[in-house]
Amino acid sequence: MYGSASTHDIPTQAATGLENEDPILLAEFEARIARGEKIEPTDWMPQLYRKQLTRMIEQHAHSEIIGSLPEGTWITRAPGFRRKMAQMAKVQDEVGHAQLLYSAAETLGKTREQMLSDLVNGKSKYSNVFNYPTPTWADSNVISWLIDAGAIVNQMANAKGSYGPYCRALDRICAEEAFHLKYGHDAVVHMATGTPIQRKMMQEALNRWWPAIMTFFGPSDKMSVHTEILMRWKVKMATNDACRQQFLDMYVPKIWEIGLTLPDPNLRKNEDGVWEFSEPDWEDFKRVINGDGPCNAERIAVRRAAEENGAWVRRAMQQPQARYVRPLA
Amino acid sequence: MNPTLDLLYRLADDQLILGHRNSEWNGLGPILEEDIAFSSMAQDKLGHSLQLYTLLHELGEAEPDTVAFTRNTPQFHCCQLTELPIGEYDFSLVRHFLFDHAELLRFEALADSSYEPLALVARKVKGELKYHVLHANTWVKRLGTATEEAIERMQAALEFTLPYALGIFETTDAESEIISSGLFVGEEQLQRRWEASISKVLAQTALTLPDLRLLTPVTGGRHGQHTEHLQPLLDEMAEVFRLDPTADW
Repeated sequence: MYGSASTHDIPTQAATGLENEDPILLAEFEARIARGEKIEPTDWMPQLYRKQLTRMIEQHAHSEIIGSLPEGTWITRAPGFRRKMAQMAKVQDEVGHAQLLYSAAETLGKTREQMLSDLVNGKSKYSNVFNYPTPTWADSNVISWLIDAGAIVNQMANAKGSYGPYCRALDRICAEEAFHLKYGHDAVVHMATGTPIQRKMMQEALNRWWPAIMTFFGPSDKMSVHTEILMRWKVKMATNDACRQQFLDMYVPKIWEIGLTLPDPNLRKNEDGVWEFSEPDWEDFKRVINGDGPCNAERIAVRRAAEENGAWVRRAMQQPQARYVRPLA
Repeated sequence: MNPTLDLLYRLADDQLILGHRNSEWNGLGPILEEDIAFSSMAQDKLGHSLQLYTLLHELGEAEPDTVAFTRNTPQFHCCQLTELPIGEYDFSLVRHFLFDHAELLRFEALADSSYEPLALVARKVKGELKYHVLHANTWVKRLGTATEEAIERMQAALEFTLPYALGIFETTDAESEIISSGLFVGEEQLQRRWEASISKVLAQTALTLPDLRLLTPVTGGRHGQHTEHLQPLLDEMAEVFRLDPTADW
């Protein structure tokens, strides 16, 4: 899981602050990126690049730990040894991804403690899909397969970005995600081809999740503010619509192949090979991302409780003589 | 009960139930690294229980999934220590420390069991438990020598948990046969080794091990008597499985 470019805010051209940067250093920085070189933590970078990347990697990290909650609740309910162990390993991977990503974000100057504090105080966001509930085991399977699939589309693109530590973290993450995809697919296929109870559970879960999946890559490019500078700096590697089209092209046929249906009568591939679909409810998306979704409060409350209950351990771990050292990769 | 079955059920149920409890730390650990560590240990324990239930299946008992996911409280033989809710990190850490010291010594002894299939499993399991003990020792030493707050919490957790931990060594009617047939060295001997093992680690901290002879062990688990916490755990574990027991999930 679970990163999605849709979570980070994109600056308007007016507020880039680029006029305050040294033009020679900036030109050199842009030339390096254009040549396909990676930017490393100790290299010069514009403030806007640092700020956008920090926010993006941090939100990706938050998405991993918050995303581990809806699937995590099914660890203790997973049916049978095989699923129970696989679900645990899968969710554990996601927490491991958070660890990798917080380290990558820390290279830009913000501590993990500060990032987690911003998460519980509502100052930073995470992928909006995790504000929806997972009422059944089948919902958890849908996340494992299709949300992870969406994340892979996004992360494979971002792994070719310009910031070295983030790219390296994403390479490792994508390798693990490939297994999650197989796990999720296998679990969904078992349900979709199983007993009538299982088939019904799976179809209902897919119906519930489809609207959220369609918003996973963020608002349509028609609605997004200008992303040119982030694309040029290789912070954002593909547009929201391009990612969404790629996802539909890869997964809708697979969903139909196992006999499941999708709750959108307008979903079809036109003669030009472009997927058409009903426009998602972006007003609802905005409402949920701004805190008013079915599970926002619960997710943050769990995280806050974990932070508060564990504070004594972190206090005990602090050595008075220790000095904060920013990781290098 | 047949002594081999008696022993295997106790071993397997301990691993299953504590593995399940450890997995509840997902998303709740004091630092991310501890979410990950508890998940690793949970996966190991689930794997150990599966191997032990598989041995039981080879002896004519039901399939591992059936045994694990369809029994009720009185049919479980785990010690009560394993079934207690995760509580706060201090309790879960102390439980992990006290339980895994016993488990490592237990499986080291079982590696020489006269029942060869069990000895084979034990040789593999003990290698993994070594890391569980290493993890517990690291944290107990770290927190047991840290702030006053941490030491106080750890001491209180230790005093609360010890009577339950003594319940690990509760015996059944099969005990003398288990020992005489060479299946296992027996709980009394295991407890002696365990006391030495935990004392050695605690001596390197600011924590005090109470006189164990003055404590009353919490027993009953080995005979199917459990706390009120076990049945809700079992209901949760089987929630999906029981929706359609004929299904392949």
